[in-house]
Amino acid sequence: MSKTRKGKVVSYNKWGYIFLMPFIIVFIIFQLIPLVNTIRYSFYQYFRAGLDWIGPNWVGFENYAKVFGNADIWTYAWNTILMWIMGFVPQIIVSLVLGSWFSDQRLRLKFSGFFKTVIYLPNLIMASAFAMLFFTLFSAKGPINSILVDGLGILKEPFIFFDSMWATRILVAFMNFLMWFGNTTILLMAGIMGIDGSLFEAAEVDGATPTQVFFRITLPLLRPILVYVMITSLIGGLQMFDVPQILTNGDGTPYRSSMTMIMYLNKHLFSRNYGLAGALSVFLFIITGALSVVVYKFNTSED
Amino acid sequence: MKKKLLSVLLSTAMVAALLVGCGEDAPATDGGTTDGGDVTSEDGGAAADVPEWVEPTYEYSATTSDDGTVLNIYCWNDEFQRRVQDHLPGYTYTEGATDEATGNPVGDYNGTKVVWWITPNEGTAYQDNLDSNLAKQADADADSKIDIFLVEADYALKYVDSNASLALEDLGITDADLANQYQYTKDVVTDMNGKIKGSSWQGCPGVLIYNRAAATEVLGADDYDTVQAAVKDWDTFNATAAKMKEAGYLMTSTVYDTYRVYSNNVTSKWVQNGVITVDANIAKWCEDAKAMVDNGYSTTFDLWSEEWSAGFYPAGKVFCYFGPAWLVNFSMAADKEGSIGYEGGWGACEGPQGFYWGGTWACAANGTDNATLVKEIILTMTTDEAVLKEIVMDDDDFANNTVVMDEIANSDYASAVFGGQNPIGVYAGGVSKVDLSNISKWDQGCNEIFQATMKDYFTGAKTYDEAYAEFIKQVIEKYPELEAYN
Amino acid sequence: MANNSSMALQVEDPKNAGGIKARRFVAYVVLILISILCLFWFYVLFVNSTRSNSDLTTGFRPIPSTQLFVNIKNVLTGTQPVGRGLINSLIIASFTALLSTYFSTMTAYAIHCYEFKLKKFIFTFILLIMTIPTQVTALGFIDLVDNMGLMDTFIPLIVPAIAAPAVFFYMKQYMDSTLPLAIVEAARIDGSGEFRTFNTIVLPMMKPAIAVQAIFSFVTSWNNYFTPALVLTINKVKTLPILLAEMRSADFLKFDMGKVYAMILFSIFPVIVVYLCLSKFIVQGIALGSVKG
Repeated sequence: MSKTRKGKVVSYNKWGYIFLMPFIIVFIIFQLIPLVNTIRYSFYQYFRAGLDWIGPNWVGFENYAKVFGNADIWTYAWNTILMWIMGFVPQIIVSLVLGSWFSDQRLRLKFSGFFKTVIYLPNLIMASAFAMLFFTLFSAKGPINSILVDGLGILKEPFIFFDSMWATRILVAFMNFLMWFGNTTILLMAGIMGIDGSLFEAAEVDGATPTQVFFRITLPLLRPILVYVMITSLIGGLQMFDVPQILTNGDGTPYRSSMTMIMYLNKHLFSRNYGLAGALSVFLFIITGALSVVVYKFNTSED
Repeated sequence: MKKKLLSVLLSTAMVAALLVGCGEDAPATDGGTTDGGDVTSEDGGAAADVPEWVEPTYEYSATTSDDGTVLNIYCWNDEFQRRVQDHLPGYTYTEGATDEATGNPVGDYNGTKVVWWITPNEGTAYQDNLDSNLAKQADADADSKIDIFLVEADYALKYVDSNASLALEDLGITDADLANQYQYTKDVVTDMNGKIKGSSWQGCPGVLIYNRAAATEVLGADDYDTVQAAVKDWDTFNATAAKMKEAGYLMTSTVYDTYRVYSNNVTSKWVQNGVITVDANIAKWCEDAKAMVDNGYSTTFDLWSEEWSAGFYPAGKVFCYFGPAWLVNFSMAADKEGSIGYEGGWGACEGPQGFYWGGTWACAANGTDNATLVKEIILTMTTDEAVLKEIVMDDDDFANNTVVMDEIANSDYASAVFGGQNPIGVYAGGVSKVDLSNISKWDQGCNEIFQATMKDYFTGAKTYDEAYAEFIKQVIEKYPELEAYN
Repeated sequence: MANNSSMALQVEDPKNAGGIKARRFVAYVVLILISILCLFWFYVLFVNSTRSNSDLTTGFRPIPSTQLFVNIKNVLTGTQPVGRGLINSLIIASFTALLSTYFSTMTAYAIHCYEFKLKKFIFTFILLIMTIPTQVTALGFIDLVDNMGLMDTFIPLIVPAIAAPAVFFYMKQYMDSTLPLAIVEAARIDGSGEFRTFNTIVLPMMKPAIAVQAIFSFVTSWNNYFTPALVLTINKVKTLPILLAEMRSADFLKFDMGKVYAMILFSIFPVIVVYLCLSKFIVQGIALGSVKG
């Protein structure tokens, strides 16, 4: 490397900072300030009673003691992770399979444009509207029950889906799956498209089987995008909120077995308990951050 | 804008400094520092030093003026707006007219511009928006001061037991003006000092709405006397439920149908000296409801679910619902061919206890700059007999005025939904016994959470003790100020 | 669902690939089933919006009723500013999509392409930001907006999209797999300025990724109720989800589930159009591969 070249690189690199400026400025103004307040309030007793505010009174780590002093938070963490996994596993499998089919040159699927378009459509429906449709279909007198009871005769009496812990969890996972597998497939497809087409052609010429192409070419080259999908799904999963919130009317019924961590946080935000909500937020933040780092390291360290 | 941005940046710096500075002692922060009257556990309450419970109080002081040029009304739908448009003398508007600055609907009341601020109920958007604007009321410029805001019974006390609302007497509305209103509608908006701080045009007394076909089949007749005798108190009601079951009918569509009937007739408050306490009548509901579910007399579905509304039709096989006029007139599919209402197949009787359901109250905002106009509007819309009669006739609403409603009760008015019965007297009869002297600002949360948590007990998923522990836990989640006492 | 995935797995097994035809057949069957699963909800929505409020209390029925035009007419001719809401939603969602994709690509480019001291730190930092749940800062955010005097404006709903860590992260990952630094070097040798290189060379290469994230941002913003409901309180600026919520809190005289369903249908329609337009970039994206040369 010659000296002149190095000098040039340095002069280019100030552009790194320039290109970062919009992000940093907007982040500081619109996110950092509220975030700092959230963390600050976690050390105070600070909530609203009616129209009046109680506090803020400095209480040190008392809010944290309350959050951890009670087994519930671990129950909700378990619910969250369980429902996320129940939705994510089929989601990633279906998405990978669809993604590889769509990119498989030998398969030459017709109407693949149509199929690619259709899979994302469920995400266009607002979660609240989607939940309304689920209620309609899965109610005791709804079509699913009439198929099970009258149509197939599998059941003697209607099954009350939303009274059953596992049925509710499965429905939450299923709704999440439906809303998000299209999203994942699109992300993966966009990633596959970024792969040089000549690699697939070369593999075809060499007589590689579809499985070999998938595991030897597609998957390794897709890794950055896969890491993205896994991390964002994990984060999105840990922040799971709207689907179970609407499906269980915010209560995580039955007996809070479908209550997620953010739903619990939302309970405290709803009663404007900034102190406890703050402590819970910090806890969530740490858990999510730690898990994400683990996933990220795990996925990138093998290079 | 630039200035504001700068100030925000500065405040970040301050916040950061504060965070660093938070050593051991509490920094003097702005806003509601606690004074003696408030409920706080100073040192993070170990059980030993639970502070003595102090009933929340507030010091009422009224601020009004009359120099405003814009009258602002806050609400969550256009119900009151339509009532005003249609019935308030002196109010003019052009269909679809909007305020230039906000795009909000506008009208004109005797020369003063009226602007309607509508924020939906969903989430807590309406109350959040109202709260933040009420907090700014003193500093708001004249054109944007809130003059009237509407509330529902569930959370009325939040605004009534605070300086957000004006006592009607300070506007010059006297007890005599309100004399003909149903007592319960005044109880809902009476503050802890006994001042009435809101008024409603609408009465929502409820009745037991029974399925005439089921009554004929099981009780032998469908007239008022026969049915009322079979449901005159809860024990008789439960006995009738057994007969209904034999004939294949559910007594009520869900056990939550009866909840507000029990809870409107409590004799003690939900929170006593800070301790959450279940009233005897609520405990009775819980016991009765459990028996109803176990015996198959009723179900645990939620109100408004499809399972709940199945009984609007003969095939749903439900004996009765509990509800006010609006429920049976507008929400029970009376316009749908084949429904019981369409066939005039419902009957009305008082049932075991009187109750009300729903309603909207208008409160005058403290700090209003249109005091005279606010008085006129509230007075005309909620007490003027001619106006109220018009509302009843035009909108099928139930007016909050005993004179007007008694007149209709004694007329030859016949309700098609009720098969030609005149139910007005029945509505008025039950609700006159309702005593709301035990309402408190924790009621909404306690009632909602109690019903929700007891569901697991009814279905058998949890024992009563487990469900009860869950109930207490969730109430504290909602009302942290009760934590030290439960 | 479980069926689909297990079937799919079998197809991946090459040993019993009884020829391309069998694989293709299975693929079609699975795709058709999945498509039905996806489109079914739109049918239910459509059927419900053809029914009257009373009709809806009878439970779901698969056959459309006759009230569709009545319901749509009720939506459009009601007192609510639905037309304006549509325009407001379009403005907010479009600018959100535009700003978040443009600036996230720029941020990702800064990290991808330049070497500077704080690079590692900033990258990690942005990833950590991603893990902050939106609910955590929502209430503080509203206070802030209020203090800045930005209530009832679109700024607090649009501008924060510039700092969208998830979009940034995707762009960064996409660049890792598709954007060789040699191209940037080549542009420099040709005398292209950094900003110009970014706009004329990098952005076009990122088209599939931008289209993907633009769709996601647009849809998320379009369906968002929580924050807009707290920021937008006057009719002039209300978005469709707010108007929908208003409809759902209507009083008994005007409460009409049929109308609510028609409103949902009405608000989905524009997103579908936008989605179909943008998805072309994804569906036909293969062609874009040639740009890379």
